[in-house]
Amino acid sequence: MSFPWAKSYEPQHPLMKWMDEKLPIPRLIYNATGPGYPVPRNLNYFWNFGVLAGAALVIQIVTGIVLAMHYAANAGVAFDSVEHIMRDVNAGWFIRYAHMNGASMFFIVVYLHIFRGLYYGSYKAPREMVWLLGVVIFLLMMATAFMGYVLPWGQMSFWGAQVITGFFSAIPAVGEPIRVWLLGGFAPDNAALNRFFSLHYLLPFVIAGVVILHIWALHIPGSNNPTGIDVKDEQDTVPFHPYYTAKDGFGLGIFLLVFVALTFFSPNMLGHADNYIPANPLSTPAHIVPEWYFWPFYAILRAFTFNFLWIDAKLWGVIAMFASIALLFFLPWLDSSPVKSSRYRPLNRIFFWVLVADVLLLGVCGKMPAEQPWVILSQIGAAYYFAHFLVILPIISRIERPLPMPNSITEAVLAKHADKSSASATA
Amino acid sequence: MVRPLGFLVGLGFIVALLCAIVTTPLSNEPQAAHAFHKEARHLPLSSDGLFPHWDKAKLQRGLQVYKEVCSACHSLDHVALRDVAELGYTEGQVKTFAKGFQVPSINPDTGEPATRDGLPSDHFPAPYANEVAARAANNNALPPDLSLITKAREDGKDYVYSLLTGFQNPPANLPKELQPATGLHYNPYFANLNLAMAPPLTDGQVTFADGSPNDVKAMASDVTAFLVWTAEPKLVQRMRVGWAAFLFLSIFSILAYLSYRNIWADKEH
Ligand code: HEC
Ligand code: HEM
Repeated sequence: MSFPWAKSYEPQHPLMKWMDEKLPIPRLIYNATGPGYPVPRNLNYFWNFGVLAGAALVIQIVTGIVLAMHYAANAGVAFDSVEHIMRDVNAGWFIRYAHMNGASMFFIVVYLHIFRGLYYGSYKAPREMVWLLGVVIFLLMMATAFMGYVLPWGQMSFWGAQVITGFFSAIPAVGEPIRVWLLGGFAPDNAALNRFFSLHYLLPFVIAGVVILHIWALHIPGSNNPTGIDVKDEQDTVPFHPYYTAKDGFGLGIFLLVFVALTFFSPNMLGHADNYIPANPLSTPAHIVPEWYFWPFYAILRAFTFNFLWIDAKLWGVIAMFASIALLFFLPWLDSSPVKSSRYRPLNRIFFWVLVADVLLLGVCGKMPAEQPWVILSQIGAAYYFAHFLVILPIISRIERPLPMPNSITEAVLAKHADKSSASATA
Repeated sequence: MVRPLGFLVGLGFIVALLCAIVTTPLSNEPQAAHAFHKEARHLPLSSDGLFPHWDKAKLQRGLQVYKEVCSACHSLDHVALRDVAELGYTEGQVKTFAKGFQVPSINPDTGEPATRDGLPSDHFPAPYANEVAARAANNNALPPDLSLITKAREDGKDYVYSLLTGFQNPPANLPKELQPATGLHYNPYFANLNLAMAPPLTDGQVTFADGSPNDVKAMASDVTAFLVWTAEPKLVQRMRVGWAAFLFLSIFSILAYLSYRNIWADKEH
């Protein structure tokens, strides 16, 4: 793995030499995030988001473990135990708000990370495995966040769990028994709350494991870059440390600034008022809405209102919602263009931005009640979403004529700087 | 193989959605209640904004309104009696305040249910023993716990204030099916337009020791301010800590930026 010019670890201190012989963890770190990992010199700020997602995961695990020390997973007292954390536990309000908004920050960062990959073609060979593991992480995150949201046992917790587990009852014949088996009852209750808590505690560590595989898979070909051109020689790269540790340090500062602003100044902005009402199985909220990071998928789910062929509308919605994520597994093979970066793909660049607009539109539709015009907009938005990945992308990747590309990363960098200095010379 | 299959799957979803589009009516069912529903009015409080503080005199008046009026029907489960020390009362005052409540207990000799004087460590006692009793006394409606009410409604404090000051006679053009049934009261800020709570406040109902105005608006504003505090007693502290963290991280980010520029100074990128 890695490039022939990568610096190699040479322990100086006798203790480090001893360690290197017995258990070479320092060598592993040196080669993974130290001077031993050469990285393209031209990465832009969109390459910060992977490290930031890692930071968000660590923050979730640390705040989550502290919450679990005070939280009680029992339907009778769960809501009160969260209020006890907010009022009586030392700095409990901070830990709880940090965990609540940390989930949102995690998704913001991961969405930017995913769209970065889409724009710069990071899912293409030789990085397909990195992408596939990323989609697995995304699915695990969604499961974790869904089950976490159930824990405070407010109205949205309960009714969200009711709706999501209701997906299973869309499966013909066996659906309802499966749902009852998964919930441990006919509706979400103590049994469901306890298993959700158990899994909510477990899954983040599974995520951490998959993250390690994700980074391992990345370090075999090395990072992609904004030009999408492969690294050719040493000039194209810089050692990860100190170059990108410094840049990631700055990125982390900005990330934490946004995180702190959200957590301290407006901690309930992204939440729903109904979740401060204790769960009540007898009173259905006027609008059941999931957390913002699920809105686009919720819109796809609700867009299917017609029993097409022999499958009823509800099942179509559930299948489509899972398909909208599952299709990402096939993306490396749906897009056959040999060029990675959309910088040199004039057609893909346009359709990329149309996709971004489409997902934002779906997001708004998912938040709104199932009324017109939101229903038709979500139907159009969902149709376009599938068209983008399954029809448009495979076609444009064939017919598109890429723009002329520089010969190397270094050439691209030097050309950019030559442009800048000639521009300032004429100014 | 992937592309032709994907194409077919995509086509399936798209056709299903096109069928859905042509079969879904484009107009919504008319909702008469929407036309009569009003947006909450803004209630400015000292706890608003990025530099909040508690107006303790106001919170004390709000506590008095809660205790003399609302506590007849509404509980305040999450708030401990000792918490009112944060409203500017001394330890002695808090003890006397707590003593003024009777809380459920057991007789130490017989084990029979009994009551005893409140202690600062008790929470505000609930007016009804259980939900059945609460509903029986309120025309089958349940007065919600008020501890979190300003966080548990959209528009929070503005909504609570508007609701308390918003009782009125139904407008003349109100359709028959929206007219308040017996035991319900018209209020355009409430989601269903009619709620089971009678107007709880009347002008001059509570007398404040500091001689502050006691018309309905003033009392509603005081009790709402108090309910903002009960919902989030750590609000002011949270903002202060937030600014300290923000300042610290701003300096950290500037230093991190400078070191980034310094390290990359000799590398075009
Ligand atoms: C006589 C009993 C009674 C008194 C006194 C009373 N309420 Fe209520 N309140 C109720 C009932 C009953 C409901 C439930 C109404 C419904 O759901 O239709 C209610 C509901 C409410 C609601 C919730 C409305 C909603 O959006 O669901 C608020 C807020 C409220 N009361 C505030 C107050 C405040 C503040 C006071 C003191 C100034 C007060 N109430 C005094 C009986 C009372
Ligand atoms: C992948 C990382 C994680 C995500 C995305 C996540 C997400 C969430 C969310 C959305 C909530 C609901 C917050 C609320 O509305 O109050 C929650 C609650 C909770 N989480 Fe997590 N979580 C993660 C990791 C963890 C870990 C590792 C633990 C424990 C070891 C944990 C323990 C808890 C507890 C005890 C609660 C309930 C308390 C509360 O509601 O504030 N979480 N989580």
